[in-house]
Amino acid sequence: MLYRENGQFKTSYRADQQIFPIAQDRWVILALLAFAFLAVPVLASEYLFRAILIPFLILSLAALGLNILVGYCGQISLGTGGFMAVGAYAAYNLVVRIDGMPVVVAILLGGVFAMGVGVMFGIPSLRIKGLYLAVATLAAQFFCDWAFLRIKWLTNDSSSGSVSVSDLSLLGWRIETPVDKYLFCLGFLVLFGLIAKNLVRSHIGREWMAIRDMDVAAAVIGIRPVYAKLTAFAVSSFIVGVAGALWAFVYLGSWEPAAFNVNRSFDLLFMVIIGGLGSIMGSFFGAAFIVVLPIVLDNAPYWFGIPIDTALASHLTFMIFGALIVFFLIVEPHGLARLWSIAKEKLRLWPFPH
Amino acid sequence: MKIKSIALTAVAVASVVASSAAMAQAKEQFFPVLVYRTGAYAPNGVPFANGYVDYLKYVNAKGGLNGVKISYEECETGYATDKGVECYERLKGKGATVFQPLSTGITFALTDKAPGDKIPLITSGYGRADTVDGMSFKWNFPLLGTYWTGADVLIQHLAKKEGGYDKLKGKKIALVYHDSPYGKEPIAALQERSKMHSFDLQLLPVTAPGVEQKATWLQVRQSRPDYVLLWGWGVMNSAALKEAVATGYPREKMYGVWWSGAEPDVKDVGAAAKGYNALAMQHGAEPNAKIVKDILATLHAKNQGTGPKEEVGQVLYMRGMIASMLAVEGVKRAQERYGKGKVMTPEQARWGFENLALDQKKLDALGFAGVMRPVSTSCADHMGASWARIHTWDGAKWGFSSDWYEADDSILKPLVRASAEKYLAEKKIQRRTPADCQS
Amino acid sequence: MGPFLETLIGGLMTGMLYSLVALGFVLIFKASGVFNFAQGAMVLFAALAMARFSEWLPTITGLNEKALVNIVAFLLAMAVMVAVAWLIERLVLGKLVNQEGVTLLMATLGITYFMDGFGQTIFGSDIYKIDVGMPKEPMFLFENIFQGGLLVNQEDLAAAAIAAALVAVLSAFFQYTSTGRALRAVADDHQAAQSIGIPLQRIWVIVWSVAGFVALVAGMIWGSKLGVQFSLSQVALKALPVVILGGLTSVPGAIVGGLIIGVGEKLSEVYIGPFFGGGIEIWFAYVLALLFLLVRPQGLYGEKIIDRV
Repeated sequence: MLYRENGQFKTSYRADQQIFPIAQDRWVILALLAFAFLAVPVLASEYLFRAILIPFLILSLAALGLNILVGYCGQISLGTGGFMAVGAYAAYNLVVRIDGMPVVVAILLGGVFAMGVGVMFGIPSLRIKGLYLAVATLAAQFFCDWAFLRIKWLTNDSSSGSVSVSDLSLLGWRIETPVDKYLFCLGFLVLFGLIAKNLVRSHIGREWMAIRDMDVAAAVIGIRPVYAKLTAFAVSSFIVGVAGALWAFVYLGSWEPAAFNVNRSFDLLFMVIIGGLGSIMGSFFGAAFIVVLPIVLDNAPYWFGIPIDTALASHLTFMIFGALIVFFLIVEPHGLARLWSIAKEKLRLWPFPH
Repeated sequence: MKIKSIALTAVAVASVVASSAAMAQAKEQFFPVLVYRTGAYAPNGVPFANGYVDYLKYVNAKGGLNGVKISYEECETGYATDKGVECYERLKGKGATVFQPLSTGITFALTDKAPGDKIPLITSGYGRADTVDGMSFKWNFPLLGTYWTGADVLIQHLAKKEGGYDKLKGKKIALVYHDSPYGKEPIAALQERSKMHSFDLQLLPVTAPGVEQKATWLQVRQSRPDYVLLWGWGVMNSAALKEAVATGYPREKMYGVWWSGAEPDVKDVGAAAKGYNALAMQHGAEPNAKIVKDILATLHAKNQGTGPKEEVGQVLYMRGMIASMLAVEGVKRAQERYGKGKVMTPEQARWGFENLALDQKKLDALGFAGVMRPVSTSCADHMGASWARIHTWDGAKWGFSSDWYEADDSILKPLVRASAEKYLAEKKIQRRTPADCQS
Repeated sequence: MGPFLETLIGGLMTGMLYSLVALGFVLIFKASGVFNFAQGAMVLFAALAMARFSEWLPTITGLNEKALVNIVAFLLAMAVMVAVAWLIERLVLGKLVNQEGVTLLMATLGITYFMDGFGQTIFGSDIYKIDVGMPKEPMFLFENIFQGGLLVNQEDLAAAAIAAALVAVLSAFFQYTSTGRALRAVADDHQAAQSIGIPLQRIWVIVWSVAGFVALVAGMIWGSKLGVQFSLSQVALKALPVVILGGLTSVPGAIVGGLIIGVGEKLSEVYIGPFFGGGIEIWFAYVLALLFLLVRPQGLYGEKIIDRV
């Protein structure tokens, strides 16, 4: 009843090909963006920004990048933490070594460096497939872990290996308060979300999906696997690198290589799979799930007033986390995005049953 | 299914919103307790946490801080920096008096945030070594010692054992360290000493969590150093000792930092670790200390102790207890200036930590006779004391095996100053003025 | 020459230990097509069970003879692992029968989290001892040829022998028993196996139990060497390069892969490591596996991946 396209006639190809062809969708997205940009800064508390919204935004950006690689191109990668680290440390070195380097440029260039490293570690994907590739990408992860611990030049010769940045600013706007940081990250996310959505709808996106579904057949009809796989690694690592730089600069402020260890890679892969492979929307859902769930589980005992020993609470968090992952995979293996699209389909028919 | 997922998200959002509602500020001094009772470092984190919390309970049982009751809340960090930061953000809003992260990684992260939030950090025996300089680091308090003082004392002891600093020339000292900010921190001080006394320093990093050390100890066996310094934490310590046994390196030649010399590290190896030495940052295992007996009588006898009775008096338990004591005494000192019997704000508590004056009489009265030496901090010196001793494992317990040493300030001060200046320059912060010290 | 041989021997031994863990991966992948990321958690859980049972038994039953206590603890831990296998099959695998590899992988990751938390809840987070009477003192051979003798770790030697025996038993099991043949049939083609009457559920429980047994033996040996603590589950991350180098479906591949990775790791750390400042073990193992894969993308002994278009 509400979600119908009656009366919406497209009069140009451009209108027909837009991302949200149904007007209701456009309104909802615009309303959501308005809410995110205008209402949330006013309504949310500082804790909400620091602990939930900012990590959510940055991690959904990273999940977006990983989804392009894993969901759209079918190359399982467990080296995402390493690529985030490359983006973060590259941006750090640019800011520290070049006076007056604007933070945004540094972050984007950090992404470029991550892209280079990503392509390099993506070369094995031309020969290795499936689970073997997943484990091979762990080589990238551990190598990056080691490089940032050992190569002193990369951490500006800090004696402890821990680095930090401060004083972020964009064209004179100082990014200090949680609201500033939130809007900064939101800007990046919206921009990259739009870019990613358009990329996956374009011919390169179709090449990726062809490689994912049947790479031999794709090669037969003329899609070059080298080009498709390496561009997937490139775009994915770029976005992941930018997310890594944001994570370090905006969320952590001061970090050591352990901040980007293999657990981060697993977290991102969880986000992508629970959110939904091959879906831009899915990256957001997955990130929301993985960011919010541990916090809820950690704090639940306090809200219900049950004093639990911290060790037990921590173990329960792990157990419930693991159980919920298995539960979601059983119930909806295609992820939360699939649930969302089922919901939309039902809404299109509502109030009729079929 | 749709309804379930909507309900789940609703619960999540509701609970998150509820949590951001401000908690009522009670008339109690709130101490956040960052602990790790799970994960690879739990064996060492648990006794420390128990000691910390036990002392807070003890103070409450004895009437609190001049009448003000202490409230505390534990937060599990798992030795992970991001969880530590998350605990910090969550607990600072409840009126946290002071944070003691028990992790060098988390300390680095919080050193940047604490000044903005105006909450002091006590990093007793760990953290950034350059935070001794209180004129550069207003909010950090590495009370009782840092990794540079520890490394310094170790070299002093080794020199004494060899018969003089000149005898160190040409000797080989290997540092087996945890590949993290914690393990890397002493390298600067050791390299300085190595230059001064011409001994050979071999650096052997062990990837965290440090369970796999076979290659490291094969290298030790091949290079045959005269001494091995162990800078490990958690499972890495016992793994190191087991590998030392397996490669036949004499444990008498091994010296651990104060975080590598506690019961959880050696009890698994037992008699085979006999002769292993470690630094004792003033205290060791103190089963006979008066405070230990008091706590056993006041808390454990009434079943109110945190953790098992057998743990009371062990090395890490004492470390946690002393860290707790320093925090409590700092707040009491602040009360002397800002009002006895009132709840202190974190800024007021900071003043207290900066003006600690625990002389031997006070320490004895608190029950630390024979355990601690006087601690007195000032604006320029946030460490307060740098005494340390060596204790040795005899197969069943730790026993002191050396005199008291004090770190050589003449060597360390320039290093601290240089490192602090570098930090200030990088952060574009001004050094404190003497006038600021009076506030 | 002496140090080189020592490092080589040390590497071979460590390699055998990695193979023990890798065997678990291979078994499960061979029979059910699932890459069991939870193997590390299973090793930890089994080791914790055995360590704690051997601690609790004397106090509960009054049994004091070490050998007897250890055997009973081992059997109890084995029972626990069989129960775990049955539960996993029931609650997780049975419901995810036809899903893609990635989904099953993620499910095993979820199981990892669950088992980590559950194991620590029941058994605790401290370091626990497993004492099966392994010799701890080092052995120095050929003292007249090499200065200081050639160091051979007796415990590792015993562990390597146990691992070799286990592999022999498992190979025989797969080759000569009817259950073994049924397992191979299921690995080849689930539906064909079902159509000739092989009970799939039961086979999966058996496979996961055998993997649980392997995990228990691996946990016992690693635990005896290093002490049983949470970080033991990280051993699985070190066994992954072994699995992919040897091939996901090959038992001898796990052994050969283990030996190669073990030797490569130790030699690289001792001889190449110092030039890079040390700590290169972990990524070197992975890079080594990666290089082998570039030559043989399905591992040394793995089945060739045949794509049908």
